[in-house]
Amino acid sequence: MNAMSFETRHNLSIGLRYALLILIATIFIFPILFMVMSSLKPDLQMLRDTASLRAFLPVGDISLNNYAEAFERVPIVQFAFNSVFTTSVSVAASLLLNSMAAFSFAFLQWRGKAILLSLIIATFIVPFEVIAIPMLLVANNLPWIGPEGIEIGWLNSYHVQIIPFIADSLGIFLFYQYFRDLPDELVEAARIDGASIWQIYARIIMPIAGPIVATAAILKFLVMWNAYIWPLMTIRSEELRPIMVGLQYFFQLNVAWGEIMAYLSMVTIPVLIFYLALQRAFIESIATSGIKG
Amino acid sequence: MNRTKRILVMLLLITLLLSAAPLASAQTELSLWYHGAGNPEERAVLLNVIDDFNASQSDWSVVIEEFPQESYNSSIVAAALTGDLPDIIDVDAPVMPGWAWSGYMAPLNLSEGALDGFLPGAVGVYNGEVYAVGLWDAVVAIYARRSVLEANDIRIPTLEEPWTGEEFDAVLETLQATGDFENAFDVGMAWKGEWYTYAFSPFLQSFGGDMIDRETYLTAEGVLNGEAGLAFGEWWQSLFERGLVPGTSQDGADRDTGFLDGKYALQWNGNWAARAAVEAFGDDALFLPAPDFGSGSTIGAASWQFGISSTSEHPEGANAFIEFAIQDEYLVDFSNFGGLAPATASAAAESDLYYEGGPLEVFFGLSQAQALVRPVTPGYANLSLSFKKALADIADGADVQDALDAAVDEIEQDIEDNGGYGFGDM
Repeated sequence: MNAMSFETRHNLSIGLRYALLILIATIFIFPILFMVMSSLKPDLQMLRDTASLRAFLPVGDISLNNYAEAFERVPIVQFAFNSVFTTSVSVAASLLLNSMAAFSFAFLQWRGKAILLSLIIATFIVPFEVIAIPMLLVANNLPWIGPEGIEIGWLNSYHVQIIPFIADSLGIFLFYQYFRDLPDELVEAARIDGASIWQIYARIIMPIAGPIVATAAILKFLVMWNAYIWPLMTIRSEELRPIMVGLQYFFQLNVAWGEIMAYLSMVTIPVLIFYLALQRAFIESIATSGIKG
Repeated sequence: MNRTKRILVMLLLITLLLSAAPLASAQTELSLWYHGAGNPEERAVLLNVIDDFNASQSDWSVVIEEFPQESYNSSIVAAALTGDLPDIIDVDAPVMPGWAWSGYMAPLNLSEGALDGFLPGAVGVYNGEVYAVGLWDAVVAIYARRSVLEANDIRIPTLEEPWTGEEFDAVLETLQATGDFENAFDVGMAWKGEWYTYAFSPFLQSFGGDMIDRETYLTAEGVLNGEAGLAFGEWWQSLFERGLVPGTSQDGADRDTGFLDGKYALQWNGNWAARAAVEAFGDDALFLPAPDFGSGSTIGAASWQFGISSTSEHPEGANAFIEFAIQDEYLVDFSNFGGLAPATASAAAESDLYYEGGPLEVFFGLSQAQALVRPVTPGYANLSLSFKKALADIADGADVQDALDAAVDEIEQDIEDNGGYGFGDM
């Protein structure tokens, strides 16, 4: 009797837990569901449906017209290519550079290391908006080797969207935290075996840094994929614009809500794919951080 | 030796001729920045104007860069910071004085008579000089249904005889009392941007007040918060207290479809939404003039216009393009494709929507008779922000005098901080 009662309580507890999880999942899923369903409806129907549960259902006049019209209004393929290109290069370069910087902070001995690390961490508190204009003025006066030789000014280019964002304090800090908690014996043993600094970095440390690589990659991916203010300030030509700036194309006098939902649905897909691909390592990283913390 | 010299001279001449030939026929590029990326109708017309201009002469070739409207001003300011402004600038009319004062823009130099017959709102004048010209204008009216007004024995106002303030108030009370509508009048509280200033300041002006003293542009004291301003503010607040209009929390969806769905009896809206009303109600749709609260019926005016940047190395080319673009032919095209009000009466007569007896003809008359441009001052951006905040606060129940006084304080402080914006010593 007691055992049954325990079992009942256990089942009830599991049931409640699942109910709570489903509720939380629903809260997170409903906006995405609303977005996708709205992308299939004409504007007037979509706006009228917002007052009822119909907003989350594929009912009424359903079609892919909004997607077709979104493609007509915005050069989506070009913008998507630009975002994929700038984001991929930025993520790859930032993983390399930030992990190398963190490796140096964690395992190498050099003068001023502690002060420099403190300064890097201190930059966390400076919002991008504060440094945007100085960055713009600097970028406008930097040299670059172009097809016609040395040119002054980085504006209106891919590299102005990539290079300023490769080194970042959050990335360095994440890697540094992870490296710092690795056993020193790993590095010492490799040194005794005659491994160089580069070999230790590339063959000993990075192969076991998967979870933090995933975390840093996801965070950098999100920042770059959502880039908006910086491209607005630095990019003049439509053919170089990233995908988030394209969202503004729909805000005309009569806002094309259905097309906005279609565009957002398309923009969200790469983010979901990227996250799902790295989800296991990302969760592992958070779990590991939790244990350490 | 002489022979060698002759050969060298010949070679030099040939080289010069070869290099000069393409120069003689090449057009100098003029950059034009345009705010309408994502607006296919308007964009197509502008591209056509550019193509025609480029083909019409051999000196200049306009090259367009398109920006989305929401972020266009930020792009211009960033370009001004980096010394990278285009030759031809597309500018929203109330922003123009700020850009002119900041040194981004130079006055236009068009032929005499080039702007004859233009709607006042389509000509951007600052400090006595024309800085920009628009190919169209935006016009606001009261949207109504003839059947609804007639069923409630409400007089249909005309340009010559608009509703008086008392009459308009009684109309709203009557319509609200029918119980057929959630609110008698949708003023558009959901559109929280520039709409508040553009659409609601004419009510204040009709009461006899204004956002700033237009004689000096140095003070708002007694103009915004004087007797007329107070009377306006109290009327404005009473609209919300009596439930005649939706509040500041109005759903954007209701703003877009509420009038068409019969949720609101009347709506304060611009000509850009008129096609949908005509499609929904046909001849039953009415576009009525603003009420007269004692100082005349007034509506806002001035939309996007073209000007030239102060850093342009080819102002003569930029002026030539603008003068080319303001031909009636193109004003008609813009109107036909985008539904906008043409900037001249002759173009309106040729357009598909605004010709005499046309479905949107009334808007052109409204613009001619009632339009008043927003204050022409470099401080407009701040002025507009303070005014918007006061309107929203009053709608939400704030003390009218306090809200208007606070707006006046903000406006005056900004004018002082900026040394009078060039209107006089502070």
